[in-house]
Amino acid sequence: MSKGWITACHRRRTMPEIVKLMQGNEACTMGALAAGLDFYAGYPITPSTEIAEMCSEELPKVGGRFIQMEDEIGSIAACIGASLTGKKSMTATSGPGFSLMQESIGYASLCEIPVVIIDVQRMGPSTGMPTSPAQQDLMQARWGTHGDHAVIALAPGNVKECFDLTFKAFVLSEKYRVPVIVLTDEVIGHMREKVIMPDPRTYKIPVRAMPATPAGYKPYEADPDGGVPLMAPFGKGYRWHCTGLFHDEKGAPSGKASVAETLLYRLKRKIEKNEAELVDYFAESMEDCDVAVVSFGSSAMAALSAVRKARAQGLKAGMLRIKTVWPFPDAAVRELTKTAHTIIVPEMNQGQMALEVERVTRCNAKVVKLGKVNGDLFRPEEVFEVLKEAF
Amino acid sequence: MAEILDYFRKERLPSIWCPGCGHGTVTGALIRAIDKLGLDKNNIVMVSGIGCSSRAVGYLDFDTLHTAHGRAIAFATGVKLAKPNLKVIVMTGDGDCAAIGGNHFIHAARRNIDITTIVMNNNIYGMTSGQYSPTTPHGMLGTTAPYGNVEYAFDLCELAKAAGATYVARATSYHVTLLEDLIEKALQNKGFSVVEAMTQCPTYFGRKNKIGGAVELLNWIKDGTINVKAAAALPPEKREGKILIGELHRAERPEFTASYLEMTSKVQRTYNDYKGGNRGCELNSD
Repeated sequence: MSKGWITACHRRRTMPEIVKLMQGNEACTMGALAAGLDFYAGYPITPSTEIAEMCSEELPKVGGRFIQMEDEIGSIAACIGASLTGKKSMTATSGPGFSLMQESIGYASLCEIPVVIIDVQRMGPSTGMPTSPAQQDLMQARWGTHGDHAVIALAPGNVKECFDLTFKAFVLSEKYRVPVIVLTDEVIGHMREKVIMPDPRTYKIPVRAMPATPAGYKPYEADPDGGVPLMAPFGKGYRWHCTGLFHDEKGAPSGKASVAETLLYRLKRKIEKNEAELVDYFAESMEDCDVAVVSFGSSAMAALSAVRKARAQGLKAGMLRIKTVWPFPDAAVRELTKTAHTIIVPEMNQGQMALEVERVTRCNAKVVKLGKVNGDLFRPEEVFEVLKEAF
Repeated sequence: MAEILDYFRKERLPSIWCPGCGHGTVTGALIRAIDKLGLDKNNIVMVSGIGCSSRAVGYLDFDTLHTAHGRAIAFATGVKLAKPNLKVIVMTGDGDCAAIGGNHFIHAARRNIDITTIVMNNNIYGMTSGQYSPTTPHGMLGTTAPYGNVEYAFDLCELAKAAGATYVARATSYHVTLLEDLIEKALQNKGFSVVEAMTQCPTYFGRKNKIGGAVELLNWIKDGTINVKAAAALPPEKREGKILIGELHRAERPEFTASYLEMTSKVQRTYNDYKGGNRGCELNSD
């Protein structure tokens, strides 16, 4: 049934909504296909492999391309190459593979090439526990590649959001010409939930802004204050140079301080300036909460349960589940301190998001790190115990 | 013949290459081969990695992609599979292609993807000032082989052949007409083609090994090589230690992107038949 939906999506045909039981990895793939995915390159790795398998089956049907590369380094490189020809490209991986991709994520960032990377997080470091969930790549998603750089990362909190946020990843990646990372985890990736897929015609497929003519085309000409240059596809007569060296607006390599400064400033500003559009979170019972829970991904499912239980017992607890983890929603988190004296941060790592919460709240609330790194997922009662004690 | 310089981004010249470097000679041979074949400038994508040789693409007036170290062929694979009608050419060096990028090199050969790879082999890492590379001959010097290279060199052409490349040839910056001719043939092969261009690095390789400047190095290259056709007529002892140049390997094998498109058309036909409509309406073959 979903396959008919994919074809309808690809052909921009209308069809009635469908109800389907699917896993997160499947929903990510559906979201990508709905957004017009043309190209997938990847390397098998647990717990992300279903995405590659599904792409290998579905893409040929809609005239797309799938390739299993020799490693994750090659996978991201091939995706960037394909994106330069104007194709919407994606790869999916998990911790070790995500580490291998970092260099070229930086390349995509500096060269401003749209690409979507799904990281289905598993326990690390190293090979770790390949089939166990974790949220340990939060900081890697932000700072994994070397150098100051711009990046967007989205973290779905349920299966339907895997679809929605992967779709959104393409929208943002094409619009801002940045690599966008979808950070899911083993629980979300493999969990099955009921998803209602709407009429494919209701989706507005993202379209990359392209220049009108090769005459006078400057590949990196844009407003220095966060503008996004128009991207010409390779093979259309623009004959431009794409380089990972610092480059001027013509794309020519440059070692000048002023050129480097201008470029890095623009790359930073293009995310910063658009934070209002980028920031996305789910909030519940926040207005009057004394204790807030800030979380993301599958940990937030247990956390929300705990918050609701607390409310049912008359405790003023609130929940903020962050969907756009990078750029971090500073304002929304800061807002919590207006009522909350304590913020609990359950996450399957040793406190990566808690660090951000501490940075933002600046001692105006007590931040409780609730890290879990044993390969086990959170249970609602674990969060509830900590929550209850905080009142 | 159009002016050679018409294929260059003249405003980006002069190049960063040292006086006496052989990379310009190889680039010139490539451009003349492209010109001779009358290939459309707008249909060519040049991809390179990191190193002295990889800087070539920045000076050329095509769509050019200067990527990360060792990754040229992987990026090129994405370009080619996404748009199989584009002519994709990789310009790389011995370190870029055979060390850090070795895995992509052999797998592209295995797939027989239609990419022409020109490997400028100067036996040294020039950009980082003279460390030994996977093609530095045993016993020769580099800044990281101060007592002579303990390791042994790759034969890149044998490697490409064994991995499945369907056109493999070698020439040098001394044998320029041969080089041009081989590149021309490589560009016409529908599959993964490798042309190893032995070239001189007087600044580091020549100086460190006390061979001399560009002229002495070119002579050193000339004396160390023998044409494959001439070699066939010689007794083994006269071929001993010489590197073969000329066309070394040619094979017929299905090309990857063509096979992939064939598969997708078949899948689309089957799937559309099964779905009962709109057969072939979306065949996207570019």
